[in-house]
Amino acid sequence: MLAYTLRRVLWAIPTVLAVITVCYLLLHLTPGGPFDSEKGLSAAARANLDAKYHLSEPLWRQYLLYLAALVHGDFGPSYRYVDWSVNDLVAKALPVSLRVGGASIPIALALGVLLGVIAAVRRDGLADRVVMLLGNVGNVLPPFVLGPLFVWIFAILLKTGGDHGWLPAGGWGGGDWRYRVLPIALLVVINLSTIARVMRASMIEVLSSNFIRTARAKGVPLHRIVLRHALKPALLPVISLLGTIAISSITAAVVTESVFSLPGLGQLVVNGAINRDYTLMLGLVVLTTVAAVFLNLLVDLAYAILDPRIRY
Amino acid sequence: MAITTSPSQRMRDGFADAPKTKSPLALAFSRFARNRAALASLAVLVVIGLACYAAPLLIGRDPAESDWSAIAFPPTLLGGHWLGTDELGRDLLVRILVGGRISLEIGLLGTLVAGVVGVTYGACAGYFGGRVDAVMMRIVDMMYAIPYMLIAILMMTLFGREFHLVVLTISAFSWLDMARVVRGQTLSLRTREFVDAARAIGVTPWSIVARHIVPNLVGIVVVYATVMVPGIVLTESVLSFLGLGVQEPMTSWGVLIQDGAQKLEAMPWLLLGPAAMLCITLYCVNFIGDGLRDAFDTKDY
Amino acid sequence: MDLLEVENLSVRFARRDAPAVDAVDDISFSLDAGRTLGIVGESGSGKSQTVLALIGLMAANAQVSGRASFEGRDLLTLSERALNQLRGNRIGMVFQDPMTSLNPFLTVEQQLVEPLRLHRKVSRREARARAIEALERVHLPDAARRICRYPHEFSGGMRQRVMIAMALVTEPRLLIADEPTTALDVTVQAQIVDLLRELNRECGTAMILITHDMGVAAGLCDEVMVMYAGRTVEHASALQLFAAPTHPYTVGLMNALPRLDDESGRPLAAIAGHPPLPGEAIEGCAFAKRCPHAGEPCMTTRPVLRRSADSEDAWRACHLPAAAAVGDLQ
Repeated sequence: MLAYTLRRVLWAIPTVLAVITVCYLLLHLTPGGPFDSEKGLSAAARANLDAKYHLSEPLWRQYLLYLAALVHGDFGPSYRYVDWSVNDLVAKALPVSLRVGGASIPIALALGVLLGVIAAVRRDGLADRVVMLLGNVGNVLPPFVLGPLFVWIFAILLKTGGDHGWLPAGGWGGGDWRYRVLPIALLVVINLSTIARVMRASMIEVLSSNFIRTARAKGVPLHRIVLRHALKPALLPVISLLGTIAISSITAAVVTESVFSLPGLGQLVVNGAINRDYTLMLGLVVLTTVAAVFLNLLVDLAYAILDPRIRY
Repeated sequence: MAITTSPSQRMRDGFADAPKTKSPLALAFSRFARNRAALASLAVLVVIGLACYAAPLLIGRDPAESDWSAIAFPPTLLGGHWLGTDELGRDLLVRILVGGRISLEIGLLGTLVAGVVGVTYGACAGYFGGRVDAVMMRIVDMMYAIPYMLIAILMMTLFGREFHLVVLTISAFSWLDMARVVRGQTLSLRTREFVDAARAIGVTPWSIVARHIVPNLVGIVVVYATVMVPGIVLTESVLSFLGLGVQEPMTSWGVLIQDGAQKLEAMPWLLLGPAAMLCITLYCVNFIGDGLRDAFDTKDY
Repeated sequence: MDLLEVENLSVRFARRDAPAVDAVDDISFSLDAGRTLGIVGESGSGKSQTVLALIGLMAANAQVSGRASFEGRDLLTLSERALNQLRGNRIGMVFQDPMTSLNPFLTVEQQLVEPLRLHRKVSRREARARAIEALERVHLPDAARRICRYPHEFSGGMRQRVMIAMALVTEPRLLIADEPTTALDVTVQAQIVDLLRELNRECGTAMILITHDMGVAAGLCDEVMVMYAGRTVEHASALQLFAAPTHPYTVGLMNALPRLDDESGRPLAAIAGHPPLPGEAIEGCAFAKRCPHAGEPCMTTRPVLRRSADSEDAWRACHLPAAAAVGDLQ
């Protein structure tokens, strides 16, 4: 088990390194630097900027300097927000993304599993069709459609006296819970459909397996079969799915935060791209890649722990 | 009275009455044809496709043309603007149809590129097996870990937003699933008994690939291609929504949706129109994909 | 009173775009307490479907008719709840494939203890003790230590023993074993057959044993029922059946068995042709097309299961006289 984990971690390093290098080269080799749009800079100001960001040094040197700082956990200064370092910016935005994204995943998981199990047990019945229809909703209405729809319904159409919508249309509101309801709901709905569908298919397959037939022949009642015999094996594909969901949450976060104007990591990404904030973009790419690799590793480990047949 | 024919002869006669079975491809076709949802979706898609290309010409309006007599009109059946206009008087229906061309083209082109790359990559990995396969799949695993949306955003800002670049960027990460699936299928086909049997009676490797492996790949490739299309259309829409997709004067459903999302309070139809179009299209492709998957699935016999 | 009495059991599967399949066609038999019945036939003859219908484990599209009276109650009319109280309790079942019939995610202990905790009021400790006892009864070595292992840590033969222990731990009155030896090595097969015989003798458990292996049936069963295309063709005591089979199909099966003492150098005798396809309409006797003695009534009228003229306890469904078939026995 330990050897397996170590091997996976070791494989992660070249992946991250490759990603960093590719992005770094992309950013620095394309025409147009970050400060070209700043007009009327005095020579002295220019010189200061050059010194601070090492812009006049050869590229390979800048690259190595960057890597060295990275090892210390220092993502460097932001190119755009001159007084801030990337670490500062990320520290400010991370809690926002976590409180929205982080909350949505357990909710989506719990609901998805529940719906999937119900649909599988009552296969081809009314409950099954309803669940699958709901499931398809999250699949077919993309987040950038569903999000504005939510806003339209809950913040514009439905009003509580006066001119206020039921829920705010956007913004962070300093963390007030009302501002988090719609974004979390959006993320839950998006992931719910996939989780429910996979859970349903997996549960149907497990329920038709031989060992379930044996359990039935032992006189085990249905609820016990589902909970004690079928749930664990059926959950395995869903666990694998979590890895994929983790990676797609990044996209989802970008869109959600754009729709609801949340000052999270997603917003940072878009702004960083538009402003050509190299260090910020690089920092975010590194962070997300590391997070993705780490999460995938966790998922594989969870899989191995749950399934007694797997022993590394 | 004794029967004069031998048991084996009687059996052969019996066999003559046995039901004739169709080839797998013909079976799949007839199963698909029986799936009403899939057929209806196909029809709807064809209608949408035709509308996007032909209708603007028939309606005779330019998407950029401003009708100053009808600014910010909600949808009206009578009079010219069926789906309403925006704050510049531009007819929404025409914009949606013209934008549809871009969305559909990107979807199809992107799927084609990603599909070809994926199938080739996967088939090579599966066919050669061994170390080649291991290395190729490692690369795929690494690419899976990369947050492609970030890279896509990066590439759009760096290289500009020209149409073919958008297609390339999106395809660059969409081929991974297809490659994995094709590789898995090729691997399992390669080691199946009928391949061994063919080899044992002296069939050449090329013939094996052509007559045994490729026909079995067709099913799964077709199904997966239909699964890829919505993903690619969506990716383009997301990029457009973030303001990083195709550039003016080109428009796509994603652009229109973003526009509509910003003007939600005053002109909700600007969001609903293109959103509905996008969702209907995606829904239809999903149904067709489901229909194809059921049609090719041998387990349901 | 008979422990189990089955009358006119039929199982039909409706199919879309295809004629319905009569998997089990008018089967009747009875079983006394402590006796063993073997059901013999080729794959697809309906043997498994017969017993699955008895304990209510059919597929959703199955239409079951007839009567199956167990300890006086008709199994086919019981609710799922009532069936659950009988299954694993008064009726135990052992399935064919030990590799996939045990839950890989639960320990052997958990799976063995479950029927006890469900159907008897025992404490956890008591249940564990009984489970270990059951494992020892099926001669599983080192039972007390290995009971907390997972199924994948056991070999196929041992897993089958676990399955048998699991079926017997509640001391059922009837044990149904569906091809319990088919998936196992020949040497292990013999051990399992011995085990079942021993359990039948010591515990007095009635058994229904399904097999396509005549040798296994001969070694274990008091009575044997031969099925073909969902119908009973012959039913007699084991001694009688193996000494003097009276149905052409049974004779064909016996002749097809390769024998070590056959020094004639003849090619192996197979029954020409193949069984009817599922859903194929059958007129007359199902075996007629393959029968070397088939006459006119065989092709048009379905033979009824009748007591044999010579013996009280033998039944056959054939238009021909018994002597015609016996003569072919090699």
